[in-house]
Amino acid sequence: MNTKLIFNIAISMLLARWRQTLVAAIGVTFSITMFVTLLSFMTGLNKMLDALILNRTAHVRIYNEIKPNERQPLNSSPGFSDSYNFIQSVKAGNSRQSIYNSEAIMKQVKNDPRVLGLSPKITAQVFFNEGNIDITGVIYGIDIEAESRLFFFNDYIVKGNSADIKNLSNTIVLGKGLAEQLLADIGDVVQVTTSKGELFRLKVVGYFQSGIQQMDKTQSFASIATTQKLLGEPKNYITDIQVKLKDINQAPVVAKEYAKTFQADAEDIQTANSQFETGTTVRTIISYSVGITLLIVAGFGIYNILNMMIYEKMDSIAILKATGFSGRDVNWIFLVIALSIGFFGGLTGLFLGFLLSNVIDNIPFNTAALPTVKTYPINYNPVYYFIGAVFSLVTTYFAGYFPARKASKVDPVVIIRGK
Amino acid sequence: MSEIILEARHIYKQFNDPVTIAVLKDISFTINKGEFVSVVGKSGCGKSTLLYILSTMDTAYQGELLIDNEKMTGLKEKELARVRNEKIGFVFQFHYLLNEFSVLENIMLPGRKLAKKPLEEIEHRAMELLKILGIDKLAAKKATQLSGGEKQRVAIARSLINEPQIIMADEPTGNLDRKNSEIVFDIFQKLANDLNQSLLVVTHDTEFAAKTKRIIVMEDGRIVSQ
Repeated sequence: MNTKLIFNIAISMLLARWRQTLVAAIGVTFSITMFVTLLSFMTGLNKMLDALILNRTAHVRIYNEIKPNERQPLNSSPGFSDSYNFIQSVKAGNSRQSIYNSEAIMKQVKNDPRVLGLSPKITAQVFFNEGNIDITGVIYGIDIEAESRLFFFNDYIVKGNSADIKNLSNTIVLGKGLAEQLLADIGDVVQVTTSKGELFRLKVVGYFQSGIQQMDKTQSFASIATTQKLLGEPKNYITDIQVKLKDINQAPVVAKEYAKTFQADAEDIQTANSQFETGTTVRTIISYSVGITLLIVAGFGIYNILNMMIYEKMDSIAILKATGFSGRDVNWIFLVIALSIGFFGGLTGLFLGFLLSNVIDNIPFNTAALPTVKTYPINYNPVYYFIGAVFSLVTTYFAGYFPARKASKVDPVVIIRGK
Repeated sequence: MSEIILEARHIYKQFNDPVTIAVLKDISFTINKGEFVSVVGKSGCGKSTLLYILSTMDTAYQGELLIDNEKMTGLKEKELARVRNEKIGFVFQFHYLLNEFSVLENIMLPGRKLAKKPLEEIEHRAMELLKILGIDKLAAKKATQLSGGEKQRVAIARSLINEPQIIMADEPTGNLDRKNSEIVFDIFQKLANDLNQSLLVVTHDTEFAAKTKRIIVMEDGRIVSQ
């Protein structure tokens, strides 16, 4: 087969009808542009929304749950080992929230090659005293460096300096909503009552805004040492170990393994936040279906134009066949026409899609709920460009397939005789 | 005796729509190399139908067709296309050039399809043919810019590009005025005499036919005299 000649003929036919070609190519360009932009924008939003929760959530959380012991003495008694024992009103005997042997656990987890890093945490329930009103709140004792590195803590500090909670003792970072309720500015002192009834005075060094109102109204952060002091607990008191993995998908396996090894409870992110994955999937499906619909519409446009072109070119097809071009050659000529419309239209579409995404990326987008976001989020994932390119070729191929087959079946005798 | 270029053996053809009509009945003849043959007959006598069968474009017939001692009957579409490309040159009543291409490119097209010679050589031959036919000035023009007579001469040049065994022409002068008809005939005459080119021309122009060496007369699907 003479590839160069077939391309030559196809291109000449395309250029001879350049207006129609342009319309067809613009159809493809438009749909690919929209496809790429839509997906980039949608997944950008998805990522941002997920990050709202997922950035701040550990992949695996090791903790001690307060629950009744599964191994009740009655079940161990040899006299009742053959029976099924109903035990009622079982109470949790173990009120200890701290993790046993936390130092050793942290050391071992740190050496696990699957782990990116870990951050210990203490939860303390407190009351913030504002005049004669008590506001319930939680103070999290955190390791500020690990927290910033793994869970982007610093991104959510809207005012003040978070490092101060480590550098200065008896300091606190308040949730923004909570600070507003307490009318506490940076440098002010707030009074807290612990669950054990002790009073503490803590200096405010910063505001924290997660974007989730409810969290911002109750949460505040202090250093681990300060929190241990609040609770009157020793230095090894840790209630949570937050582990971030290199691969988030390994979380369920790792969680199970840790629970067994460390004799503690371990929860993976997939179990804790299953609703986010569902939302992401649905939004992605919607974006893909809109994009693909656009492409299919463009495909019908190409189909129509090629069909018309074949009726116009009947004479040319007849003469090509009479002078020795086989049906396959003619088929190829029209497929090349279709594919070049798809190729050039698609290429322009990818470029314009990138430009449009860039424009959206620069549109200001300020919202109180999202302190770190300044412009609309765009996800520049090369996969969408790849899908767009493949899809533009596939649709145009199918749009060209039937007209090309029709052209290849044209009987030159009918055309020549019909004159 | 000179060698046989084309041989038809007992060719029959019917049209089945709407009722079965026998168009060709037992057509047998041969054409030798260098012969200038014209087929004449009234409108509807089947002479064009015969030409389409002889040119391998129409394959729905009974009987046998041999071109250059090679059996055409039963060959696949692709092989027939190759035969048309290599061994047969076509000239039609309506000049059928590709409007997207220049005159030179139109002539070169079958040569490039055959791809037996490098591009420069094909181009050189195309220019030579244009010179022989006296239209070398038109080489760069688009097909749409030519007059009818010029187009027909370009079509003849195109039919010659692959040095075919036989040129088949379907009413080559049917759409031309007297002067251009004469030019076309003179070209055919020259091809037959000077280059020993075999020609098969279907025409109802009796004046044209009278000047050829051999006349096949058809009537009602049969050859009456040859």
